[in-house]
Amino acid sequence: MSNQIEKIIGPRAPRGLEDHERRQFHLPNILLGIAAILLLASMFFPYWKMTLKAPQYPGGLSIEVYVNRMTGDVREIDGLNHYIGMRPLGEAAELERAVSLVAVAILVLLVLAAIFIHSPWALLLAVPAILWPFIFIGDMYYWMRHFGLNLDPTAPLSSSIKPFVPPILGSGMVGQFETVATFQIGLWMAFLAVALILAGLFYQRRAYKPLVESGQ
Amino acid sequence: MLVTALMILAALAVLIVSCRDNAGQSSTGAQVAGATEDINAIAEARGLTPTDIANAVKTYTPSGRHDEYYLFASGGQSGQVYVIGLPSMRIIKQIAVFTPEPWQGYGYGEQGTMDVLAQGGTAANGNPLTWGDTHHPALSETGGDYDGQFLFINDKANARLAVIDLRDFETKQLVKNPITLSDHGGTFSTPNTEWIIEGGQYAMPLGFEYSSIANYETDYQGMITFWHFDRDKGRIDPEASFAIELPPYWQDLCDSGKLVSDGWVFCNSINTEMATGGVELGNPPFESGASQNDMDLMHVINLKKAAEVAAAGNTTDINNFPVITLDTAIAEGLLYFIPEPKSPHGVDVTPDGEFIVIAGKLDPHVTVYSFDKIMAAIETGTSDTDQFGVPILDFDAVMEAQVELGLGPLHTQFDNKGYAYTSLFLDSAVARWSLGGSFDELNDDPPWTLVTKTPVQYNIGHLVTAEGDTVSPDGTYLVSMNKWAVDRFMPVGPLLPQNFQLLDISAPGANMPVLYDLPIPDGEPHYAQIIKADKISPWDVYPEVGWNPHTQAVNPDAAKQGEERIVRDGNNVEVYMTAIRSHFTPERVEIREGDHVTWHITNIERALDATHGFTIPAYNIHVSIEPGEAVTFEFDATQNGVFSYYCTEFCSALHLEMMGYMLVEPSDSASAATD
Repeated sequence: MSNQIEKIIGPRAPRGLEDHERRQFHLPNILLGIAAILLLASMFFPYWKMTLKAPQYPGGLSIEVYVNRMTGDVREIDGLNHYIGMRPLGEAAELERAVSLVAVAILVLLVLAAIFIHSPWALLLAVPAILWPFIFIGDMYYWMRHFGLNLDPTAPLSSSIKPFVPPILGSGMVGQFETVATFQIGLWMAFLAVALILAGLFYQRRAYKPLVESGQ
Repeated sequence: MLVTALMILAALAVLIVSCRDNAGQSSTGAQVAGATEDINAIAEARGLTPTDIANAVKTYTPSGRHDEYYLFASGGQSGQVYVIGLPSMRIIKQIAVFTPEPWQGYGYGEQGTMDVLAQGGTAANGNPLTWGDTHHPALSETGGDYDGQFLFINDKANARLAVIDLRDFETKQLVKNPITLSDHGGTFSTPNTEWIIEGGQYAMPLGFEYSSIANYETDYQGMITFWHFDRDKGRIDPEASFAIELPPYWQDLCDSGKLVSDGWVFCNSINTEMATGGVELGNPPFESGASQNDMDLMHVINLKKAAEVAAAGNTTDINNFPVITLDTAIAEGLLYFIPEPKSPHGVDVTPDGEFIVIAGKLDPHVTVYSFDKIMAAIETGTSDTDQFGVPILDFDAVMEAQVELGLGPLHTQFDNKGYAYTSLFLDSAVARWSLGGSFDELNDDPPWTLVTKTPVQYNIGHLVTAEGDTVSPDGTYLVSMNKWAVDRFMPVGPLLPQNFQLLDISAPGANMPVLYDLPIPDGEPHYAQIIKADKISPWDVYPEVGWNPHTQAVNPDAAKQGEERIVRDGNNVEVYMTAIRSHFTPERVEIREGDHVTWHITNIERALDATHGFTIPAYNIHVSIEPGEAVTFEFDATQNGVFSYYCTEFCSALHLEMMGYMLVEPSDSASAATD
């Protein structure tokens, strides 16, 4: 049993190494640590933004989506959306937004845990964090599609604006509005975290695999 | 034969006219150096000279670009205030003040505006006063400079004052003077807007009592009122205000001292002759009776000390308003007179507070008095008094300079280059003249000298320069407020608009051209003030939904989204309604004839410019509900039937659909239903 646990935890870095030898064991820790910090920090930055441009809104209208909230001209966009029968944005992804802070915190803890697991199991711990930005995008797409395709057929403009799926990235048109959707810094931080996790795991494996193979 | 001769004559006339047109220009006509052929072609097609093009370039403000200055002009008999952008001279808004105004929903049912108008008092027949004669706007000041927070204006006709809040450009308060028949010398602000000065004009018996005109010299009095402004509340506080009784001369314009002369107030007067008219009886008419003396009397008032006297309660209550009697004013040294040339007009204090400029009106000079010399003369004392015992200071002892400008000098303003500008009514011109004292070094012209005159069209009354009555004028633009337009605009029948002309005063010396004419279509404005645009920061929309502009706070009882309802309590019905593009909630209001209806509407929009109007036409109700604003109006459902209400401000593509039905059930069928 303890053998089994040891196998999961993996080997420890040998003691008494020269500085240059120790570096290879520190590098994955640093990469995973930075990834965890990035992920944590990303919660405070917007992940996604949509700007709506129309003649009568010289400054445009915009909505910024964070992992747990929406900011910007939500009220005005909701007001306009009622003409085409779209539900208020606040009704979208309510569950996701409610649990997102805890979920991201768990992802961060799992990544931090992977620092101490020097076996292929570390990858398993990191998988949720690696999938996180893709889950976010997928969920956004699901809700955009759900909202866009389920317009109230009795809305004032339902005859002129048919159900549609707004593009999750890039530009589209709804009525007189040009919509421009972009990924924001929070999402890019999450992507960077993914890259750092993958690199960290790669260097971790490279550092510890020889120890496993040498039978320590 | 005759036809041929006429044609030749016509051709000659064209030749002569075109030669004359070309005389003042370069041989290439209206060519503008460096301009593209297109511009020259347009100029030629429109008959524009290079000067015209230069003027156009100085004033043209491209679509979407904002102006450099706000100009707040009195609206004269319209009873309102104009807001105009400079240098484009575009009218941006008219602020409803003394006169009900439907677009802004001012006085057409909305409770707050009805209350404000009611503060203005009633006419002799008991009906509300529904117009005003606005004359002199005054921006609030801090340290003698405009601070862009409030605007005050008077109504000469009924001696009233208004307070406008520049966060939303709406009138918040009217104050009716309880002891003055009419006012002209208002409004003027002290350098920190503790006091708003309102000089009464036509003398009258104290307390609106009756007294025969034969008793004019004994029973009629003049009056200057000092209204205390409570900046935190944004209201004039009548409880903390007072007036000073004066001889029955007609006090005219005033100005507040500033810097060295802070705490003093200067007012001029006409009719020190105390003429009482009666041209129909063979007496000299007022116009000559009041113009007999070579000198009238400038009033010099120690406001700082007067405020102390009033605060100490050394006053007499007239119509429940504290008045410092003339005897007290004399005894306490609050009031001095200084001779001023014949029936003068404006009295204006220089930016450093040192000189007081009186424009002669019937005398071709401006007369400049030194504040230092006035203080010295008061210190020295005088034995000369008028018949009421008010001390008269020696003219020669306090006069600094007299500058001959031309005919009919009226009002003076200042710039930052040591020049003063005076309107010349009879000459129809603006005079630029150089100041002395500390201003002498600011330009190359000798002190107290006429520099140049620019003709204006026509009969200029007031003029106003950019921040020209503050401690730091800008010296950029001047607006000539002309009483007659005569031939300046397309004919519109016998009643002509007034003409505002923009002058460029940025260059020193003789160059002071007229740039642009703006017709004013619904009143004869008097004074105006020009403030740098960045000093005013109005709200885009009301700060929060449910806002009451009359308390400048959220009304907790305002109709809220999701809580719209109709509540009945006996015959009292309360409607709680919200408005958002493009519907009112509720859209059906069913009431009974004889109900008393109190109707609240909140505009729950947050978008800039998403204003909704609301009307129940048959009940003469019209309100404007700006984003965030909550309004209330009341009426008795006296007429049964079916009525539509609708949004009157085009708000959206579905604006026409933004309506509802008010169904008023006849009282007999209502009682039948309940039986």
